[in-house]
Amino acid sequence: MHIDTANRLATQQSALSRALDNRHFLGVVFLLPAAALLLVFLTYPLGLGTWLGFTDTKIGRGGAWIGIENFEFLWGDEVTRLALFNTLFYTVVASTVKFGLGLWLALLLNKHLPFKAFLRAIVLLPFIVPTALSAIAFWWIYDSQFSIVSWTLMKMGVIHEYIDFLGSPWNARFATIAANIWRGVPFVAICLLAGLQTISPSYYEAASLDGASDWQQFRHVTLPLLTPIIAVVMTFSVLFTFTDFQLIYVLTRGGPLNATHLMATLSFQRAIPGGALGEGAAIATAMVPFLLAAIMFSYFGLQRRAWQQGGADS
Amino acid sequence: MAAVTIKAVHKRFGSTHVIRGVDVDIADGEFCVLVGPSGCGKSTLLRMIAGLEEIAEGEVSIGGAVVNRMPPKERDIAMVFQNYALYPHMTVRDNMSFALMLAKQSKPEIAGRVKKAADILGLEPYLDRYPRQLSGGQRQRVAMGRAIVRDPQVFLFDEPLSNLDAKLRVQMRTEIKELHQRLKTTSIYVTHDQIEAMTMADKIVVMKDGLVEQTGDPLTLYDRPANTFVAGFIGSPAMNLIPGTARASGGEVIVAFEGGTVLPLPRQARAVDGQAVLYGIRPEHCSVSGSGLPSEVIVVEPTGADTQLYCRFNGQEITATIKDRTDCRPADRIHLAPDLGRAQLFDAASGKRLVA
Repeated sequence: MHIDTANRLATQQSALSRALDNRHFLGVVFLLPAAALLLVFLTYPLGLGTWLGFTDTKIGRGGAWIGIENFEFLWGDEVTRLALFNTLFYTVVASTVKFGLGLWLALLLNKHLPFKAFLRAIVLLPFIVPTALSAIAFWWIYDSQFSIVSWTLMKMGVIHEYIDFLGSPWNARFATIAANIWRGVPFVAICLLAGLQTISPSYYEAASLDGASDWQQFRHVTLPLLTPIIAVVMTFSVLFTFTDFQLIYVLTRGGPLNATHLMATLSFQRAIPGGALGEGAAIATAMVPFLLAAIMFSYFGLQRRAWQQGGADS
Repeated sequence: MAAVTIKAVHKRFGSTHVIRGVDVDIADGEFCVLVGPSGCGKSTLLRMIAGLEEIAEGEVSIGGAVVNRMPPKERDIAMVFQNYALYPHMTVRDNMSFALMLAKQSKPEIAGRVKKAADILGLEPYLDRYPRQLSGGQRQRVAMGRAIVRDPQVFLFDEPLSNLDAKLRVQMRTEIKELHQRLKTTSIYVTHDQIEAMTMADKIVVMKDGLVEQTGDPLTLYDRPANTFVAGFIGSPAMNLIPGTARASGGEVIVAFEGGTVLPLPRQARAVDGQAVLYGIRPEHCSVSGSGLPSEVIVVEPTGADTQLYCRFNGQEITATIKDRTDCRPADRIHLAPDLGRAQLFDAASGKRLVA
C-alpha cells in the first residue's frame, strides 16, 4: 500500500515537472494573469458596450436585441449629426495646430538653448496636470464675468465688452479647441524632440556642404527622417483628441446648444443621465470606424517606408 | 581646383586649446594628408576648412579668397564623412543628385553628371537602392560619388576608410588615389593611419596636440623625420630609439650605450661630447652582423617576404626586419648593426633630430 501511494505520487510529480519543462505549457501559464486582466477589464467591457449598442437597454431594465435600429435612429438624429461634425472639426483643427506648434516647439528645444533641461521640463507641465484641473483653470479663464483674457484685452483697449467665450457656439468650439491644444502640445513636442535627437548631426553637415539652406535642410532632411515618428505621434494625438471627454465635460457639458458636444460626451449624456444605455453605447460604437481609419491611414500611409526596411550590413 | 592656405589658425573648445597655431600650404591639385594620433586636432582643422567649425584666429583661404566668414555652401568644397552621412531616405541616385538639385541644375545635366560619376565608381547597378541596402564599401563609394558629381574646388576626406575592414581599406585606398590622379582635384585627407598617409599623400602634415610637427612629402618624412615623434609615427614597425650618450674620442664622436657598447655616429648626424641622445634605427635598416648591438632574440616572426626579429638590448625591445629568411632562433645572442647612412640621431631632451 505504502509503496503504491509513493509510486503514484512520484509519477504525478514527474508529470507536473515534465509539464513545467515544456516551453509551450510554461508560456500559457505565464500568459494567464495578463490575459485574465485584459479579458475582464478590456475585452468584456468592449464586448458588452458593442452588444449594448444593438439593444434597447435602459438603466434598470434589461433590453432586447434590436439589430441596427439604434444606428438608424442616430443617423437621422440632428444632435448626433452635430456631435459628429463637432468631433471631426475638433479633431482636425486641434490636431493640425498641435502638430504645427509641437513641431515648432521641438525644433526650438532641439537648439542649444540656455537652461535647456529646465525649459524641457516646463514644456511638459500642461501634460502633467490632471485634465480636470486644467479644465477648471480654463473655465475661469473663459468665464463671462471674471475672464482674465477679457480683462486684459479691456485694459489694453482692444475690446470694449467682455467676450462670452463659452456662451456662443463658435466661440465655445474654438475655446475648447484652444484648451485641448494647450494640453496636447507637450506630448507632441516631447515625442518629436526625441525623434529629432535621433537624427545624426552629420546629415545636416552634409546637407549644408551640399548647399542646403536652413529651410531646405528642414524640408529634405528633418521632415523625411522624422516622418515615422510623426506618424506614430499624430496617430495617438488624433485618437486622444477624437475620444476627448474630460475637457468638454468640465468646460461646457456639450453646450451651448450642443455646439461643443463630442461623440464621447454625447454618448455619456444619452447613456447615463439620459438612461438610454443602448443608444449611448451605439454612439460610442459608431466612433470605432473613424478611429480604425485613422490608425490605418498612419500605418499604411506614413509609418513604414522603403528606406527603413534595411538590407543586411554586409 | 584651387590652392588652400591655412595661416596661424587657432581653435578653442571652452578652455581646451585644440589647434594652437597651424600653418599649412596646399598647392593646387595636391593630395594632402593630415595625420596624427586621436585628439591631435586634425579633424577639427578639416572641419574648419569645410566651414563646420568656426575659425577662432587666423585665416583659411581657398583659391586665394579668405573663407573665414563664408558659410560651407559657398566654399565650393565637398566632404566625405567618416560615417558617410548618406541620406537614409534617398536612393543612391538622389543622394548623388541632391547638391545639384539644390544648385538648380537642369534634369538632363544632373542625370548626365550622376551617370558619369556612377561610371567612374562602378555604382551603376546600385543607383536605385537605398543606403541601407548597400555594403560598407559601396556606401563609401556613394559618399565619394556624392562628392565628385559636384566637381568642387577641394575634396575633404574625414577618415573615410576607418569603418571598412582591412582588405577593403587597402582596395579603397588605391581607388581614391587613382581617382585623384584622374580628377586632379585638390584633396585634404584626414587619417590616423600612417600607412594611408604614406601611400596616398603628395604632402603629409603630421600633427600632435594641435601643432604641426612636420610637413613634407612621404619619403622626406620617412628619411629625415624632424623629431622623435615623427620618427616613431611614420613607418611600421616603428623606428627603434635607443638612449645613449655622445662621446668625443680621438677627434671623432661616437655614441656610447649602457653596458659599454659603442656605435659610430650616423653619417648625417652631429653631436657634442656628453650630449644625451637617442639613436634612431628603422627595423629595416638593421642587419645581423659580427659587430653592433649585442642583443637577445625574443620572438621570430617570418612573414614570407621578410622576417621580423624582436630582440632585447639593455632591457629595451628592438625590432629588426631581415630581408628574406634567417636562421635566428629565440634566445640566440646576435649583434644588430645599423645602416649608418640611414640611421638618425635625436637630442634626448628636445627630441629634435641632430643634423650635421
